[in-house]
Amino acid sequence: MVSRIKQVSVFIENQPGRLVAMLEALEKNQVDIRALSISDTADFGIVRMILSDGAKGAETLRQAGFTTRQDWILSAEIPDRPGGLLKTVAEPLAKAGINVKYLYFYIEAAAGKSMVVVKTDDIDKAEKVLKSP
Amino acid sequence: MIRDPEHEKMPRKQLEELQLKRLQAKVKDVYEKVSFYRRAFKEKGVTPDDIKTLADLKKLPFTSKLDFRDNYPFGLMAVPLEKVVRIHSSSGTTGKPIVAPYTEADVDMFAEVMARSLASAGMTKHDVMQNAYGYGLFTGGLGFHYGCERLGATVIPSGAGNTKRQIILLQDLGTTVITCTPTYAFILNETAKEMGVDLRETKLRLGIHGAEPWSEQMRKDIEDKLHISAINIYGLTEVIGPGVSVECEHKNGMHIQEDHFLVEIIDPRTGEQLPYGKEGELVITTLTKEAQPVIRFRTRDITSLSVEPCKCGRTLVKMARITGRSDDMLVVRGVNVFPSQIESVLLEVEGVEPHYLIVIDRHDAFSTDELEIWVEVSEQVFSDEMQKMERLEKKLRAEMDSVLGISARIKLVEPRTIVRTEGKAKRVVDRKELPNSGLIAK
Repeated sequence: MVSRIKQVSVFIENQPGRLVAMLEALEKNQVDIRALSISDTADFGIVRMILSDGAKGAETLRQAGFTTRQDWILSAEIPDRPGGLLKTVAEPLAKAGINVKYLYFYIEAAAGKSMVVVKTDDIDKAEKVLKSP
Repeated sequence: MIRDPEHEKMPRKQLEELQLKRLQAKVKDVYEKVSFYRRAFKEKGVTPDDIKTLADLKKLPFTSKLDFRDNYPFGLMAVPLEKVVRIHSSSGTTGKPIVAPYTEADVDMFAEVMARSLASAGMTKHDVMQNAYGYGLFTGGLGFHYGCERLGATVIPSGAGNTKRQIILLQDLGTTVITCTPTYAFILNETAKEMGVDLRETKLRLGIHGAEPWSEQMRKDIEDKLHISAINIYGLTEVIGPGVSVECEHKNGMHIQEDHFLVEIIDPRTGEQLPYGKEGELVITTLTKEAQPVIRFRTRDITSLSVEPCKCGRTLVKMARITGRSDDMLVVRGVNVFPSQIESVLLEVEGVEPHYLIVIDRHDAFSTDELEIWVEVSEQVFSDEMQKMERLEKKLRAEMDSVLGISARIKLVEPRTIVRTEGKAKRVVDRKELPNSGLIAK
C-alpha cells in the first residue's frame, strides 16, 4: 500500500521548552501526532510530523508563532520482517535511480501495520515505482 | 556636461574664499536668529567673530539628528514661517519626523544643485527623464523634478510604484533617463522581463540612483541588465535633499557642491577632523540655505574625501561611496563592520526577513573577535529538507563574508524571536547582556 499524505514540518530552535511549546499547541487543539521525526543541528531542528489533521495542525502551529510548511510525501506499508524496508522501498527506488532525502517509520496503531514515510527527489516517479508489483 | 563652470571649476583658493565669506555670514545669521545655535555656541565659548579662516570651522559645535528631534518642528528655523514656501519631511531616529522647510531662495538653490547634478550625470535638455522617486514628503521626487525642469529636459513624474505602468511609459514615451533607488532599478528590470520587454532594447541610456546604500557590484549589475550608465547621487533631508553630491561621467567619487555645502570628515569617536583621504564621518555645513541652515551636521555616513583634480575639470572635492554608518559601528578582528551592511545582504537574499540581531562577545567598547548574526526563518525560506536549510545558511555566510570582509556565524532563529521596536531598531548586543536586553521575545 502506497499513498500520498501531507506532512507538516516545523522549524524549532534547539533550546529547552520549544518542543514543549509546539506539543502543547497541538494538544490544546486536539491534533494527534501519528508520526514524528526530528533532524537537528546545533542551533535548530526540523520537526516532521504526520498529524490526524494536517491542515488544522499546521494552522495551529502557525498561530502559535512557528514557521511551518506542508509537503506531499509518500507513505508505504512495509512487512515487519528482516529485509522489509530493503525489498519494498529502498531497493526499488535505488534501481529506478531515485534518491531518498529522508525517511522515518511509524506504526498505524489501529491496523497494526508498520509504515514508512519517504521523501524523494521525485514523488511522481517514486509513487509509480513503489506501486508497481 | 558642466552646467555652472564658474562654480564647478572655480580654482580652489577662490572657492575657499567664497566658502569663508558665506560661512561667516551664515554663522552670524544663525547666531542672531536661532536660539539653539546661540546657546550651543556659548557653551563652546565661540562667537561668530571667531570664524576668521575655514580652519576655524572646527571651533563650532556639531549638530545631530537628535537636535532636530529636540527642536521639533520649527526650533531650528532661521526665518519666520511666512517666508517658508515648502516643507519636506523624513523619518527621524526616534519616532518624531525630521522637518525640512524651504524659502523661495532655498527651492531655487535646490533646483539649481539638482540641475547641476543631472548635467554632471550626463543629462542634457534633449533627455526624457522618468522620475520614479517618491513624490510627497520625501525630498527625492520634487528634488529631481525641479532639477529636470531647470535643466530644460523633459520630466515624466511617474513617482514610485505601479511598475507595469512605468514600463509602458518608458517604452511609449521614449524615456532615456530613469531616476530611482538602485533597488527599484532591479524591480523595473524584473517586471519588464515578466512583460516580455527587454530594457536593453529601449532608449534608456542613463540611471541616476541614490537614497539608499548600494555597492559597485550593484552598479555593475544594473548597468549590465538595463544596458545603461548608472550614476550615484547623494543627499539628505536635513541638508537639502538629493543634490549634495553626485558623480560625473568618470564615476570615481561624488563631487560635492562646495559653494553651497562645506564638508569635513571627522573621527566619529573623538570628533577630531581627519585629513583628505582618511575614512570617517561626513559633516556638512550649509553655506546658503535660508530657512533651516545647519552647522556642522553629523551625517553618520562614513566616507572619505579626495581633492585630487578630476578628469572632468571640476575642482570640487569628491566623496567616496558611503561605506556605512558611524552609529553601531563594530570592529571585528580589526575590520570595521556596519549593521547597515548586514541589512543590505539580508535584503538581497530572497525570502529572508530583514530583521536581524548581531550578537558579539565584546572585548571593549566596540571591538570583538566573533560576529554572530541572528536571522529569522520565514515560511518562504523554510524547508523540510535539512540540505536546503544548510544551503541557506551557507549562502548567507558567503554573502556576509564577501560584503563584510570577515566571516560571521549565521544563526537561524524562529520568526518574531527578535523584538520589533518603533523607529530605528537596536541591532548590536553583547552576549552577556542578551538575556536582559529586551531584544529577544522568548
